[in-house]
Amino acid sequence: MAGAPPLSQSSRLQAWLLSPEPASRWQARFGRFYLGWRSFTKNPLAVLGLVIVVLLILVAVLAPLIAPYSPIAGGDLRTQRLLPPSETYWFGTDDQGRDIFSRVVYGSRITLWVVMLVAVIATPIGVIIGTVAGYTGGWVDTVLMRITDIFLAFPRLILALAFVAALGPGIENAIIAISITSWPPYARIARAETLTVRNSDFIAAVKLQGASTPRIIFGHIIPLCISSVIVRVTLDMAGIILTAAGLGFLGLGAQPPMPEWGAMVATGRNYLIDQWWVAAMPGLAIFVVSLGFNLLGDGLRDVLDPKAAK
Amino acid sequence: MSRGGEHASALRSFLKRLAQFVIVLATTLLGLVAVTFFIGRVVPIDPVIAIVGDRAPPHVYERTRKELGLDKPLAEQFVIYVKKAATGDFGNSVLTTNPVMSDIARVFPATLELATLGTIIGTLIGIPLGVLAAVKRGTLIDQVVRFLGLVGYSIPIFWLGLMGLLLFYAKLGWVAGPGRIDVTYSYLYTPVTGIVLLDTLMQGQMDAFWDAVSHVALPACLLGYFSLAYISRMTRSFMLNELAQEYVIAARVKGLSEFRVIWRHALRNAAVPLITVIALSYANLLEGSVLTETVFAWPGLGQYITNSLQNADMNAVLGGTIVIGTVFVLLNLVSDLLYRLLDPRTR
Repeated sequence: MAGAPPLSQSSRLQAWLLSPEPASRWQARFGRFYLGWRSFTKNPLAVLGLVIVVLLILVAVLAPLIAPYSPIAGGDLRTQRLLPPSETYWFGTDDQGRDIFSRVVYGSRITLWVVMLVAVIATPIGVIIGTVAGYTGGWVDTVLMRITDIFLAFPRLILALAFVAALGPGIENAIIAISITSWPPYARIARAETLTVRNSDFIAAVKLQGASTPRIIFGHIIPLCISSVIVRVTLDMAGIILTAAGLGFLGLGAQPPMPEWGAMVATGRNYLIDQWWVAAMPGLAIFVVSLGFNLLGDGLRDVLDPKAAK
Repeated sequence: MSRGGEHASALRSFLKRLAQFVIVLATTLLGLVAVTFFIGRVVPIDPVIAIVGDRAPPHVYERTRKELGLDKPLAEQFVIYVKKAATGDFGNSVLTTNPVMSDIARVFPATLELATLGTIIGTLIGIPLGVLAAVKRGTLIDQVVRFLGLVGYSIPIFWLGLMGLLLFYAKLGWVAGPGRIDVTYSYLYTPVTGIVLLDTLMQGQMDAFWDAVSHVALPACLLGYFSLAYISRMTRSFMLNELAQEYVIAARVKGLSEFRVIWRHALRNAAVPLITVIALSYANLLEGSVLTETVFAWPGLGQYITNSLQNADMNAVLGGTIVIGTVFVLLNLVSDLLYRLLDPRTR
């Protein structure tokens, strides 16, 4: 059209993203992502959550650059033990003369590791059990869902505690224990989502083309379930962090001298009254990080699952 | 259909539901026992060595092994284990040498006392807060309730407990420190119910009672806060649901006062799902007792379990796990049953 002002780079990109007739599958996907992003960024608390989580990842990755001291090697016990927060030691020092700030920084790696591994272990278990149960139906469904319900009715922390007690204390065993206790909600959600698409025409069409059951489940059903499961996993992250920290606090998680936040709070308990910072600082880190995941999860739910948002 | 027929069919559907409930309960509890049995078998600690020591001669070792039934096939061991668990026999605690069940009976009232107080506080404050947040949706009070809830979901309970002790006990001196009651008062009353507040009150030991109150105040308020965070959030969402219904408009059109519309009409309809929420929050507090009781040196089931853990006393750990698990499962299922019974809409 003659006379139309030339579009700037960014508004042309926006028009491409918001095009009602996307020319390719990728354009449609980017467009959907952009719309979701726009409604996500309207929620300042959700953005704050995202910032906290991104910061956690950055701190974990860049820990050696950020931490001024070693998180493990102790300082001089005569002069550097239990010092209050100061310019040299931002969060003070602990009973071994170690810089608490450096330990909190390195502790983010453990927290992130726990959260990632639990997500990687528990999500597939839940999704596969849920979709298989939902798609197959019949007695398979009954048996799988009965097992899921049994696990769902268990107290998570106590069960994780008993598992770790049996397997022996340690971060890997804590991760296994938390994973074993956290998959059932994902199975429930995946099954519910499967039931809504199971009898739809496109599944029938795929079936008529001769696709096998595993192909239908992995290629067509799981991709449709995954977004609600991801929201749920993100909402659960805070709970996972708190459970891991709780196990650490009871001495069943990461073992010393690893700078696990829960275990650091447990150490600080001995010096609570006179050297409050030993317990306060790592606990604050747990709080901030799980708050971040909660905010992010709430925001994601509002974007991806508008039905549940209230 | 005649009235009698309706009654009969209602009764039949109730019986059917009850039968379902019993089956669900039985399989869930069996699952719980199976998991603890499995945990007990994968334990790297040899239960025989835990009893006889690692320098016992082989014949003593063999005899104890037989006495414990460890020479039998695994399936048979499991059947024996289930039978014993059903009668509340979890073996003896290695640490106290008492039967685990009698140990648990001794410490459980303390846990119950704390969790009950916490739930009462959480319900009494949480429900009005949730209702207010729903009615004044989007205002400052709604934001405050939302914030309180989010913090409650994100804060580690053991850390908040320590910070509470630091502030209210060490710095301000408003409450007493860890433990249930001061040693000075601990012989002034005889434990009858095991719930110190009740025992001291019934025996007229007012000094001891107030001391117990000042000990329980901080942990109870702490648990109350966690229960409040959950209850207020759920109340808000149930109330928003109810306030959008047509009967609320009808009640308003009829000219009822806003107070009556909210507290008598809407809240009453939201009350039924709230029972489930309160039961769940109670169950969560019982479960969380392992952390709170460690922080406050509260001699309850949670502390019993963690103590036994540190001493590799697996009988005690698994017994405690089964007891807490059973209470948890029962609360879950009973609240579900209550929900169906009380709410005519689910029939």
